Amino acid sequence: MSMDELLNPFESTGRFILKTVDELGSLTIYLWESVFSIFRYSINFGNLIDQMVFIGMDSFYVIGLTGLFTGMVLSLQAYYVTKIVGVTYMIGPMVALSMTRELGPVLTALMITARCGSSMASEIGTMKVTEQIDALEVMAVDPYYYLSVPRILAATIMLPVMTILCSLIGITGGYIVYAYFLGLNHIVYIEKIYQYIKVGDIYSGLLKAVFFGIILATISTFKGFATTGGSKGVGRFTTQAVVLSSVYILFADYIFTSIFFK
Amino acid sequence: MIILERLTKSFNGIKVLNNLNIKFGEQKITVVIGRSGGGKSVMLKHIIGLMRPDSGRVLINGIDINTLKRKELNEIRKKFGMVFQDGALFDSINIFENIAFPVRQHTKLRESEVKDRVYSMLGDVGLSGQELKMPAEISGGMRKRVGVARALILNPEIVLFDEPTTGLDPITSDAISNLIIAMHNKFKFTGILISHDIAGAYKMGNIIAMLYNGFIIETGCPEDIKASNNPVVNQFVAGSMNGPIDFNMV
Ligand SMILES: Nc1ncnc2c1ncn2[C@@H]1O[C@H](COP(=O)(O)OP(=O)(O)O)[C@@H](O)[C@H]1O
Ligand SMILES: [Mg+2]
Repeated sequence: MSMDELLNPFESTGRFILKTVDELGSLTIYLWESVFSIFRYSINFGNLIDQMVFIGMDSFYVIGLTGLFTGMVLSLQAYYVTKIVGVTYMIGPMVALSMTRELGPVLTALMITARCGSSMASEIGTMKVTEQIDALEVMAVDPYYYLSVPRILAATIMLPVMTILCSLIGITGGYIVYAYFLGLNHIVYIEKIYQYIKVGDIYSGLLKAVFFGIILATISTFKGFATTGGSKGVGRFTTQAVVLSSVYILFADYIFTSIFFK
Repeated sequence: MIILERLTKSFNGIKVLNNLNIKFGEQKITVVIGRSGGGKSVMLKHIIGLMRPDSGRVLINGIDINTLKRKELNEIRKKFGMVFQDGALFDSINIFENIAFPVRQHTKLRESEVKDRVYSMLGDVGLSGQELKMPAEISGGMRKRVGVARALILNPEIVLFDEPTTGLDPITSDAISNLIIAMHNKFKFTGILISHDIAGAYKMGNIIAMLYNGFIIETGCPEDIKASNNPVVNQFVAGSMNGPIDFNMV
């Protein structure tokens, strides 16, 4: 940041807003072009399956561990609060609702951004700076169709699946702490979850996951295609992809939650 | 027939191409020579629509490609093959798959037919037995051969070569020149080759054109170029520091 920007916060804020709006515009056009190209050509199932495996199967352990520890810590924290007012039977619903509505989708999306978004951006970015994208174009293969569509589709399909997994393992982690570490009645944990959790809680989480998938894959592939400046550029744009995806996911999460609460 | 008409392109206010005019003869190899950074690659990218001119036209069989929709442009691009300067091989798939890629994308051939085609091409470019290696595992000369094979596999009408012999030792470089000549004799494509390698240019080119200051300053067969009385051409061909070309600009 230059001295001028420090001295003139309005100007730099204005510039930041303009840049953000401009970028949002380009992202929307890019997403539109990518989605549109699905209808222009047929879907390349080979590429789609590869990406689904990469986002799904290969992320199993990361997502599993994330869910497990989050559920366990939620259970402990919930105990700390509920025991004050003597309602420890509410630990189950607290863990389950937090996981399905909020933490499952958000943490899954953030972990997949770190793991797969970064590699989408760096893979496409490397292809860009080594002219492999140009080579695709020259061979009359639409690079958006060939590279973006399978990634965006795969993320859109796999994010809800991985979110279910994350939430389930999280609830199980909470159960382990509840039943074994805290020594509370494990039947109560499950009973109360059934009593308090509604189908809508699960759906709202999965709907979020769908959108987070679109967001992270769109931004990450977009940043890949935007890469310039050799290997240093690949690093820079990959970082941008991860940071921007994460911020947009958290922002979108707030928007969704505020809509669902109404 | 490929015609570039009054092509102009600037980057950051600097005119890289400035009113460039040239016609490329059918089924001939035209070698465009010029200094590094002189805009040769930029010119090539205009021919295949990877870059759009600020003004001027790129006519392919009479069609201005910059007026086309994406799908129409892709139809035109199917007539082309291109060999990139650094290969631009797909580094996540092996040599076989690199060469098979255009075939898989644009034909509905059965796997056995794809194999036949690729193996025959591997033989043509002297890469038999190397097909399972990854691009990172082969030498620079072999990468160029793969690039040539990938560009020629669909038997295109027009083939663009971006400095196919640059960065190779003299012997490998000569081998690639011979390969291009052999492939040209076999497939009879219209070749546009850019280079700053004079020996290779004389050897491969039916026509040689010199790009200088953003436009073509001289065109002719190799003999015409050798006999040119343009001091810029003479200096470039002689590879001399002395002459009208300002090498401080490099
Ligand atoms: N995409 C681009 N953006 C900005 N400048 C470019 C771009 N492509 C080429 N240039 C500039 O155009 C000039 C000519 O480049 P190029 O055509 O690659 O030279 P060469 O004749 O060695 O192939 C160089 O000064 C280069 O920096
Ligand atoms: Mg070049």
